[in-house]
Order: sequence, then C-alpha cells, then structure tokens
Amino acid sequence: MTEWTNEPGLCPLRSSGPRPAGLGAQAEVEETLKRIQSHKGVIGTMVVNAEGIPIRTTLDNSTTVQYAGLLHQLTVKARSTVRDIDPQNDLTFLRIRSKKHEIMVAPDKEYLLIVIQNPCE
Amino acid sequence: VFPASSKMPQKQPPRRQSISVGRGARKRDEDSGTDVGEGADEWAQSKATVRPPDQLELTDAELKEEFTRILTANNPHAPQNIVRYSFKEGTYKLIGVVNQLAVHFSQVGNLIPKDSDEGRRQHYRDELVAVSYQGSQESAKVVISETEILEEEEPKEAEAEPEAASQTDVLAAEAAAKVTEEELLTPKQPKERKLTNQFNFSERASQTLNNPLRDRECQMEPPPRTNFSATANQWEIYDAYVEELEKQEKTKEKEKAKMPVAKKMGKMTMRKMTSMESQSDDITKVTQAAKIVERMVNQNTYDDVAQDFKYYEDAADEYRDQEGTLLPLWKFQNDKAKRLAVTALCWNPKYNDLFAVGHGSYDFMKQGRGLLLLYSMKNPSFPEFIFSSESGIMCLDMHVDHPYLVVVGHYDGNVAIYNLKKPHSQPSFRSSAKSGKHMDPVWQVRWQKDDMDNNLNFFSVSSDGRIVSWTLLKSELVHTDVIKLKAEGTATDGPAGLQLHTVGCGTAFDFHKEIDYLFLVGTEEGKIYKCSKSYSSKFLDTYDAHNMAVDAVSWNPYHTKVFMSCSSDWTVKIWDHTIKTPMFIYDLNSAVGDVAWAPYSSTVFAAVTTNGKTHVFDLSINKYEAICNQPVAAKKKNKITHVQFNPIHPIIIVGDDRGHVICLKLSPNLRKMPKEKKGQEVQKGPAVEIAKLDKLLNLVREVKTKT
Repeated sequence: MTEWTNEPGLCPLRSSGPRPAGLGAQAEVEETLKRIQSHKGVIGTMVVNAEGIPIRTTLDNSTTVQYAGLLHQLTVKARSTVRDIDPQNDLTFLRIRSKKHEIMVAPDKEYLLIVIQNPCE
Repeated sequence: VFPASSKMPQKQPPRRQSISVGRGARKRDEDSGTDVGEGADEWAQSKATVRPPDQLELTDAELKEEFTRILTANNPHAPQNIVRYSFKEGTYKLIGVVNQLAVHFSQVGNLIPKDSDEGRRQHYRDELVAVSYQGSQESAKVVISETEILEEEEPKEAEAEPEAASQTDVLAAEAAAKVTEEELLTPKQPKERKLTNQFNFSERASQTLNNPLRDRECQMEPPPRTNFSATANQWEIYDAYVEELEKQEKTKEKEKAKMPVAKKMGKMTMRKMTSMESQSDDITKVTQAAKIVERMVNQNTYDDVAQDFKYYEDAADEYRDQEGTLLPLWKFQNDKAKRLAVTALCWNPKYNDLFAVGHGSYDFMKQGRGLLLLYSMKNPSFPEFIFSSESGIMCLDMHVDHPYLVVVGHYDGNVAIYNLKKPHSQPSFRSSAKSGKHMDPVWQVRWQKDDMDNNLNFFSVSSDGRIVSWTLLKSELVHTDVIKLKAEGTATDGPAGLQLHTVGCGTAFDFHKEIDYLFLVGTEEGKIYKCSKSYSSKFLDTYDAHNMAVDAVSWNPYHTKVFMSCSSDWTVKIWDHTIKTPMFIYDLNSAVGDVAWAPYSSTVFAAVTTNGKTHVFDLSINKYEAICNQPVAAKKKNKITHVQFNPIHPIIIVGDDRGHVICLKLSPNLRKMPKEKKGQEVQKGPAVEIAKLDKLLNLVREVKTKT
C-alpha cells in the first residue's frame, strides 16, 4: 500500500465545525455517502452506532448484522489496543485487506462508518 | 481535768470553774475572765448581798464543823479488770494502770495563730474598723492571756501525774505558751495596707437533674442495591481527566460570557441551533468519518495513479538525449464546472496537495456564472470546497500566512475574499459599486504583506487601468488606487480632436520578491511597465514587450533581475529588468496563455498554449527550444489556459477552457540537476541557481553590448 497520505503538510479534512443548520450538514453527509456508494468497486456502506446496531445500510439485513456485530467488536478492541499503548493516542481508521475485499472502518465519536470495497475490480 | 467538778464547793472561785470546763472552751471564757479582772471588788460586794431564798440557815457550830473529803483523780467508770496476755509468762495478766481520762465535752476550735498571715490580716481588718477602741482592747487581751496561762499552769503542776495521757495536755499547753511568748516578743508593727484581692470570689456549683437515657430503634426498608463493575484502563482515566478539564474550562468561559448581555443572546441562538441539530438525523455525526472513507475509497480506486505519483520515473528518459515527458496523473473535473474555463490556478501554500481552481469564461460574448473549487489530490473525484458566484472568476490568490483566505477577482470588476474556515458559500468580504470596484474584469489579484497596522491587504489589476490596493478592516474592504495606467503614445486623436484610449489596460502584474515596492504590469497593448508602489503618476520603466495583450508576467524565483512574460502574440520573453530588450524570445506557434517558473530551478519554466500543448524549458540544457513539448488537453479541441508548479512535488497542474484540470508528473529529464562530478560535492542552493542563470544571461549580454 502506498502511504502517501502521510506526506507532510497535506490538506486536512474539512473541519466539521459549527454548521449554519442541521439540514445542510445532513444533506452534505448524505451526498458524501452517496458518492462513496457510487464509487467503483464499493460493495456496501453502513453506519453502526456505539452499541453495534446498524442504523443504515446498503446491504441486505443478515449481512449487515453480521458485519456490524463483528466489526464493532474488532474496532473496540483495536481502539483499546491503541489507547493502552498511549492514552493520548486514538484510533482514527481501520483497514482490513482481505483476498476478496477491503473493509474500511472509520470510527467517529459515536458511530462507525463501514465501507466494503473490492479494490481489484 | 476535773472529773468531779460538780462536787466542788460553791465557794470556789468562778475562774477555776471555767477552766475545769475543758481546754476547748478556754477561749470563750476569756471574755468573762476579762470582766472579772476588771471589776473584781464590785462583784464580790454584790455576791454577798444576793442569796437564794432556800439557802440553809446554819449555825456557827455547824459552820465550823469540818468535813474531810479527799479528791482523787481516778475515773470511777474506768474498768479495773483489764488483762493482757503476757508472752513472757504465758498467762493473762491484770494491767494495773488504766487510763483515767474521761472527756465530758470537746469542741474543735477555730483559732488562728495571731502571727500567721490570716491572723494578721484579720487583726488588721479589725484594727481598721475601730482603731482607738481596739487599741485598748488589745493591751488588755495581752494581759489577760498572760495571767490566764500562768493560772493554767498552776493546777497542772499541782496535779502532775505520771500518766501518759496528760502529756498531750502538757504539749498543748506548752504550744500555747510558745504562741503567747512569740506574740509578746514580736512587736506589733503597723500593718501595711493591702490591696483587695480581686480574685476573691465565691464559686457555687449545683448539680442539675440528668435526663435518663433511653434507646429507641426502628427498622426501615433497606435502600436498593446494585452491583457495578468496570475496568479502568489507563486511557479511560486519561479521558476522565480530559473531560473534567474541559468542563472546568467551560464553566470558566460561561462565567466570562455571563457579563455581556449581547453574548447571552448569541448563546441562546446557539442553543437553538444545537437543539435543532440534535433533532435532525444522527447521520450528521459521521461527517468526518464519511470524508475519511471517501478519501480511502478514492485511494483504492486510484491506487495506480497514486503509485505513479510517488514512484514512477520514466525509464525511457535515459535513452532520450535531453527531452522529457509529462505523465498524466489525476484528472479533476466537476459537473458544476462543465463548460466553464479554468481561469486561475493556485496551490495552497500550506497544504501541498490542495489547490484552488477559478472557473469563468474568456469568451466575452458568453459570460455567466463563476465557480471557485478547491481540490485535494487525495480526492480527485470531488472538490473539497465549492463556492459559486454570479460573475465569472478571472483570477485568484491564496494568502501565504493565512492559507484559508482566498481572494478572487470577478469579470464584473468586483473582488471578493472567501474564508475556507467558514462553511458559508458566500464570500466574507466583497467589493461593491460603492466601494471602488473595477469597471472592467479583474485580471489579477495578489496578496501583499500585512500593512503597518497588521491589516491584510492585496492588490488587483484590471483593464480599466487601475491598480488598486485593498485593505481588510474589521468588516469592510477599503480601497486605494495605487496607479492609474496611462497608455503612453497610444493615445490617438479622435476625429474632433478628442483624445481617446488614454487609459492603459492592465492584464497581469507581478511583485518583486525582494524589493517590496517594485512590480511589473503587463497591459493589453503589449507593454510592460515597471512601477513602484510609491509613485502613482510615473513608471520606472517601460518595455515594448509584445504585439498583443500580455497574459502573464513573472519574476524569477531565484534571480532577482530576471522576469518572464508571455502574450497572445505566440511568444514568451525573458528579460533582465535593467535592460530594455528581451534576453530570450521563444515563439510557440500559438497564443501563450500562461507561463510559470519551476520552484526547484532558476532555469526551468513551463508555458501553455491554446493549441493544447504544454512546453517545458530548461535554459541550462537547451536555450533554443523546449525540452518537452506535449499535448496534454483532455480533448484535442480544448485550449490550455493555465499552468502551475507544485511547490514541493515534481508535478504541474494545467487547466483548460472546458473546466478540466490535469495533474502531470515531470519526468526526470525535466528536473535534471547539475551532474555530480567525481571528487566534487554537488552544489545546491539559491546562489548556485543564480549563477547558473547568470552564466546564460552573460552570453546574451555580451552579444548585445557588441551590437
């Protein structure tokens, strides 16, 4: 994997500061999710809350529940590992590369965003 | 010690009787004794007259009759038959000697020795009460006590018996004698007046009734209990502390904010907003995560491009002599920017992967909306920021110290500043017709160093001939005209003798890197003026540079004397600003839209032409023609309008008139550095770069001086 994202002085993510209205922010997120889903090779997108319960998904029910439950546990463990090593540190992203897919988990404060992509497509 | 005192004859003097009463009452009798001493004769007379009526009348014979009575000191009640066991003889033996003492009356006295402290004190007090009276009394007392003692001792001696019991009596008597003796010996000194004792108080205490203790108990329902257990990691503890600190800070801020009322109002609205947000779908909370994931998905999708960007070097360059190639990397395009020309490109000075694209139109018949897009190389599929405007954007610039501030110039003559930190799609500053906007399109804007009051300011140039300095004050944009361009020599006399076209149309400018006041202005007529910020009426120099409008002027980043200009007359010219004629001229067979110096070398520059080609020159390698001449447009018809070098990475971005921006990587030949010679260190730095360019220029200069 090329880790050119760690180049010095790269553009930060647009900070999610105070927004003028909740609706605008929501539309923006919806749009982003839509863009992600429409990307080449993206199999599914799901949002999971802190308890591991899926809130929205583009996959079928049983697959979503399975992914959500397992990845939630894994993320908690991964986060705990990172923070045990250095309490000031935190988990920001988790990528799992498998033979078939790449599973990307972005843990936010309360939610997990999980995207499954087939990068070889 | 007269057990049989009752048996005594009545004639006995009363004094004797008083003594027989016992030692305890002795003092009490003193007074009576005193009386006797004083008037003994009178008493005797009165006694003789008073007789009891029942007294026996005795004859003389009877009176003379003698009765012999023997007084013994034996106690009639004393036991006579006391026996004690004698160990010596082994039998009980009668004890002859029996204690004959019988006490009929005893009283504990409250006498105080006269010469004791207390005695003296009392005495003194008495004396105070009646000094004169007491004085006489005292002497009498002394006399009496003396006589008393003498009389007292007499009977004792008479009755002296070898009894152990009497010894105590003797001792007591002796003590009393001593006292009196001492009293006599110590002369009566005048008593000192003593201070009253302020601590002389009486203390009285009383016991109150204690309430009896009583126990009372009752049974209540036990409180509900729950079990709680948790693991405390190091980071959980850390989080708790951080949270606590934040809370403290918040309360502090609240206290501060409480003071002004206006702020309170602001908070109210904020609260409303947050409540609104919480009502809306939770999905907004994954905003940040969604952005990260989008980048990651893009990274996977464009993995090969990213690999090329980082690692690919064209191996074929080794077999080419000098020429290099441009490798296309990402293409940036957006539906909103379709059919809008790229009118400006600018890399962000802080984030090397971020650049701004201005969209507008160069077709003056088809002017319309404008668009400001900011792309990141990490997400080629969608821009990071989108700002749309009513009028087309013609130019833009990003602030070096505040990389979030973007200034744009519009086709309608306005300038506006967008703040990337603010999520509004509206500019935070904007000029208006009132506040001195340009009358014609703004062709270039450029941030300047902060002024003396630390206000942000920038310059703009427009084809209305004005060069305006704009200053950002708190809430407004203040403008100052720096120079009004006058087209020298081009003024033509109109048919009625009127002067027309007296205004020069600025199309491009660039500020000197070191000399703060010095800058160049390119005009529509093809002239380039060297100007100073401090002279508004005169030009320092004028170059007859081009036959058509100057599209760009640019100072060399290393050599402070050298600048470059390009024009629609197909040429790129390189100048020494001290010499009025160009050093180098390159004809590119098509209108040149933009030129840019490379940041890594003083001799490398790129130019883009409307025929869709990008030309890269390295003067140190070939000073006659470009070392790379490559069509890069997405479609053959597209005209390339602008080019910019990335400040760090070996890439350029070019924009075309259809809204596409293409990122290209420079092949190794295009960024060749001076070759390493054996035993010699490779020299680097600005000095080397200046020398490199100077060497080239000197060749030309020599030729010029010769001619």
